Amino acid sequence: MKPISKRMEAIPASGIRKFFDLILSTPDVISLGVGEPDFVTPWHIREAGISALEHGHTSYTSNWGLIELRELISASLRCDCGVDYDPHGQILVTSGVSEALDIALRVLVDPGDEVIVIEPSYVSYKPCVRFAEGVSVVVPTKSSNEFKPVVDDIRKRITDKTKVLILSYPNNPTGAVLTRKELEEIADLVNEYDLYVISDEIYSKLTYNGEHTCFSSLNGMKERTILLNGFSKAYAMTGWRIGYAAGSREVIEAMMKVHQYTMLCAPIQSQLAACEALRNGDKSCREMVEEYNRRRRLMVAGLEEAGLECFNPRGAFYAFPSIKSSGLSSTEFAERLLEEKKVAVVPGNVFGACGEGFVRCSYAVSIKDLVEALERIKEFMEELDG
Amino acid sequence: MTLEVDVLEVLEKDARMPVDEIAKMVGVTAEEVENLIRRLEEEGVIQKYKTIIDWEKVGREYVYALIEISINLTEDEGYDGVAKRIAEYPEVRSVRLVSGTYDLLVVVREKTLKDVAYFVADKIATIRGVRQTVTHFSLKMYKEEGEILYQRDEGGRLAVSL
Ligand SMILES: Cc1ncc(COP(=O)(O)O)c(C=O)c1O
Repeated sequence: MKPISKRMEAIPASGIRKFFDLILSTPDVISLGVGEPDFVTPWHIREAGISALEHGHTSYTSNWGLIELRELISASLRCDCGVDYDPHGQILVTSGVSEALDIALRVLVDPGDEVIVIEPSYVSYKPCVRFAEGVSVVVPTKSSNEFKPVVDDIRKRITDKTKVLILSYPNNPTGAVLTRKELEEIADLVNEYDLYVISDEIYSKLTYNGEHTCFSSLNGMKERTILLNGFSKAYAMTGWRIGYAAGSREVIEAMMKVHQYTMLCAPIQSQLAACEALRNGDKSCREMVEEYNRRRRLMVAGLEEAGLECFNPRGAFYAFPSIKSSGLSSTEFAERLLEEKKVAVVPGNVFGACGEGFVRCSYAVSIKDLVEALERIKEFMEELDG
Repeated sequence: MTLEVDVLEVLEKDARMPVDEIAKMVGVTAEEVENLIRRLEEEGVIQKYKTIIDWEKVGREYVYALIEISINLTEDEGYDGVAKRIAEYPEVRSVRLVSGTYDLLVVVREKTLKDVAYFVADKIATIRGVRQTVTHFSLKMYKEEGEILYQRDEGGRLAVSL
């Protein structure tokens, strides 16, 4: 038989999968490996989904998404971010940020174009760049700089072929957040080199030290930014597969073309539930954020107590402690912790080479589990010492 | 959110949360939390720490009744007087003055149906000022004090995702 496409061969099989299978097959694991909220979608939002089914909303919608939802998204972007997006032509409802990311890259990138990815980063960016036949260029960051990119490090990697810069703050896996001023410095660079920015702001509601700054709200950035956001994290709606992209007419129109032929539309029940989230979800979201914030402090204090130095995350729901004091590699640490203490964490190198020496610990788990997991990590570290 | 509110919210969810953990969660020292809780107790902000018990699980059956009480206001006694006289009975779990077609909503807990019936007839209906009572027996409790009491089949989140 003929082989599958060369494009796919170029994408390495994820080495982490075996470890993940091990986690899934180990009984009684306390998992800090989760990348989604432990909360169930707030009831009023679930009710909206149920009601959608009861009323027979089981059809396709406009390829753009329900106008009702696009208008609500537009209003929320105006109110939360101070940016105006026309619900007719500048907003596209997608099946999660995942889909929006894929089609944004396909629309912007020609074969050989370079896309700058700041690491440690969410795992989908580099493969999606490949799918678009682009080339990822990595900018590493350091714990000592709070996992923030140094502008000159980005500049050094810009070539004639650089087309897109992917930004993702608050960050998965580090919890890093950039200040308005730091984002403005990046914006200057973007202007200078005539780049596009894909800004994945899926964790925008989950910030713990001050307000989120939307990249497209910066001077001159609206035209250059494809803003991706959604409902998965803020409203605990990961399984609904709903998100959106906002940007210039030209880019969104092109994304709509891909979306139209590949996804057609996001599920209608999810769109209606998302409407409810935007109309009445503030309170539920705020309560979840307050709870995450307590767990965040508990997590960081617990890790430090166990002897793992930890950068204080400012957003999302992950801590990214250094495991240097253990003398182990990220993978060894994660494997032994699973085997010896039945606690699952994700080795940091999964998120890029500069993530080696770190592990990602999610605090989207109950306080009870968190306390127990931290206790076990402490024991693990003590036994390593002894 | 103030520190005070933060600590109270943690305790409202779990009154047995160790001070050390609370301290980490709200980002101050254990000593500060201890002092704060002591002050809140002294000031009566924290009234009491109690449990929510599913008595059925240990075979103890209780009968709960919600009693609507209508009151004839007299010259010398307002709602307060009647409400307080009812509240003093240990059988009475809660007393609320409410808006609508009656005045007080009272929850009573007793061992048997008969106990409740006698209690209402002998103790409540006889209070001067009580014009009428309507008793609703509770058949099944689904949620109490914000806690769901039935088994929920929720989620199936994967143990690991990126
Ligand atoms: C940074 C980041 N972007 C996007 C996603 C996927 O979001 P969605 O559920 O909207 O596809 C995730 C999920 O973990 C994420 O961490």
